[in-house]
Amino acid sequence: MTATTTAPAGVVEADRRAPNRNRKPLRPARMVLYVFLTVVALGWLAPLLLAVYASLRPYAETAKYGYFSLPHHLSFHYYGLAWSSGDMPKYFRNTLIIALPSVFLVLFFASFVAFSLSRVKIPGRKTLLIMFAAGNLLPPQVMVTPLYTAYTKIPLPTFLSSSETLYDSYLGVIAIHVAFQTGFCVFVLYNYMQTIPTELTEAAAVDGASLWRQYWQVILPLTRPALGALATLEFTWIYNDFLWALVLMTSGDKLPITSALNNLRGEFFTDYNLLAAGSVLVALPTLIVFFALQKQFVSGLTLGANKG
Amino acid sequence: MTSSPLTAEAPAPQTTPVRGRRRVRLRRYGRRDIPVLVVLLGIPVLLDLALIWATTVASIGLSFTSYNGVTAIKWVGLRNYEQIFTIYLPFWTAVRNNLLWLGVLGLVATPLGLFFAVLLDKQIRFTRVYQSIFYMPVVLSLAVVGFIAQLIYSRDYGVLNSLLGRGSHPIDWLGDSKINIWAVLVAAVWRHAGYVMILYLAGLKAVDPALKEAAVIDGANERQTFFRVVFPTLRPINIIVVVITVIEALRAFDIVYAINSGRNGLELLSVLVTANIVGEASRIGFGSAIAVILLATSIGFVIAYLTQIIREDRQ
Repeated sequence: MTATTTAPAGVVEADRRAPNRNRKPLRPARMVLYVFLTVVALGWLAPLLLAVYASLRPYAETAKYGYFSLPHHLSFHYYGLAWSSGDMPKYFRNTLIIALPSVFLVLFFASFVAFSLSRVKIPGRKTLLIMFAAGNLLPPQVMVTPLYTAYTKIPLPTFLSSSETLYDSYLGVIAIHVAFQTGFCVFVLYNYMQTIPTELTEAAAVDGASLWRQYWQVILPLTRPALGALATLEFTWIYNDFLWALVLMTSGDKLPITSALNNLRGEFFTDYNLLAAGSVLVALPTLIVFFALQKQFVSGLTLGANKG
Repeated sequence: MTSSPLTAEAPAPQTTPVRGRRRVRLRRYGRRDIPVLVVLLGIPVLLDLALIWATTVASIGLSFTSYNGVTAIKWVGLRNYEQIFTIYLPFWTAVRNNLLWLGVLGLVATPLGLFFAVLLDKQIRFTRVYQSIFYMPVVLSLAVVGFIAQLIYSRDYGVLNSLLGRGSHPIDWLGDSKINIWAVLVAAVWRHAGYVMILYLAGLKAVDPALKEAAVIDGANERQTFFRVVFPTLRPINIIVVVITVIEALRAFDIVYAINSGRNGLELLSVLVTANIVGEASRIGFGSAIAVILLATSIGFVIAYLTQIIREDRQ
């Protein structure tokens, strides 16, 4: 029950309105709340709107009048420029080469690990669970140095990596993403699977279902909402990653899109309007994912947090 | 959100492994089950052990050497640490900045997120729209946030100087090493508050409305109801939020790296680690020592968080 501002009166009011709580008439206190929220929300949106606005204006204009001025010319010119001269399609493709297998492997491994830790009485399963959960909480910089060193020394056949080492290969970046993110997903999925009655897998086992079938046909279908939520979250995180590609890759044309954004910065002169157009393009996929799958997104985060 | 009513009863079947029964259960898995288990559990466990834990331990080992990636590994004892604490100037700037980051996220962004959550929990019209807007910065890549910050803070054309009417005496928000960390922290708050809001909103929805009603009947005003009744029930969320805030503050990297590679007043511990290995400077031992200091700071929180999980699991 939401008793607003004045508490003693709140009881009476709440009772009177019990039948349709959602439709309260606007009282002054509510008005203030709405005005406040709207002002703050506009402020919250402002930076992004500004980036869009700047990206539509030529550099000469903003250089003359500043970003905070009325427009003289508006065009999508910079988007075309960022797209073609910034080679963005290539970098988007690189991101997908890294993100799609990573998300798939993370969810597959994490769901099986969570399944076996929650259903099979493996000795030391609590330790394994803690190992996964804690690994995800370590600062990635702690792994950076040895990982970099090891990657430069591990050879790979040429068809897997043109650099012939794990360093500067997609495989290396995917591997660390999988290792790092599996920890988080194991933890979330383990908690989720704990809520599925054990009788289901026990009955399946009595009927002679193998472990794999218990996982694939009994537990996994019931875990679908959590998997959907985690897929959304993991895709955004891996898409947004900046550190691993920066440290573990060196060839400019293999970089994922977030790291390649720096390429739009000139050596002597940076056209910030071009950079704004690039930033908007890079932000667009995550914003689309967020608005289209908002429910999954939010439930993914709170799944990890609520039982903690 | 959806799982909370169920989690309370879930662990019950797990708590009855009698010795004898356990053996029977293990034997129940057939010949085909064991290879599946070994392979599909083994790969992720090995991956985690090798890439996360072994590298963490290796960082600790390397931090006592002068390894540079080329010549043989040479043991130098505590020399790296000694240099970091005494003659490596960026270190103390980085420590100060990481502490500022933690302080601002903890004392500004987190309360702000809680405040948003409380306001949006009041059965407001368009609450979804407001939620989306406040949450939106969280899905943006931090690198993009760094670039947008440059549009706003730019000395010559930036919006902020225009708004403040400082056309003739512009402030170099990102270039002035005395103030740039604060400018960046505003962007960090912008991004963190929405995250905290979502976590608290889920928590607030799970609070039993009867509790609030009871408090109101007992004559508690709204502030008392929140701080004495609602907030204490949010304890599990509070712990998560604290841990996330600390970890975010220690991990902070992308925004400053996108702005100026973390130099000139924007040093952070995380940046110093990478700065010592990326590019020409291949001071692996030295970089590792900074990483170990970062690890030592965070490990306490990681352990606190895990003990909380284990304790709740036992209940």
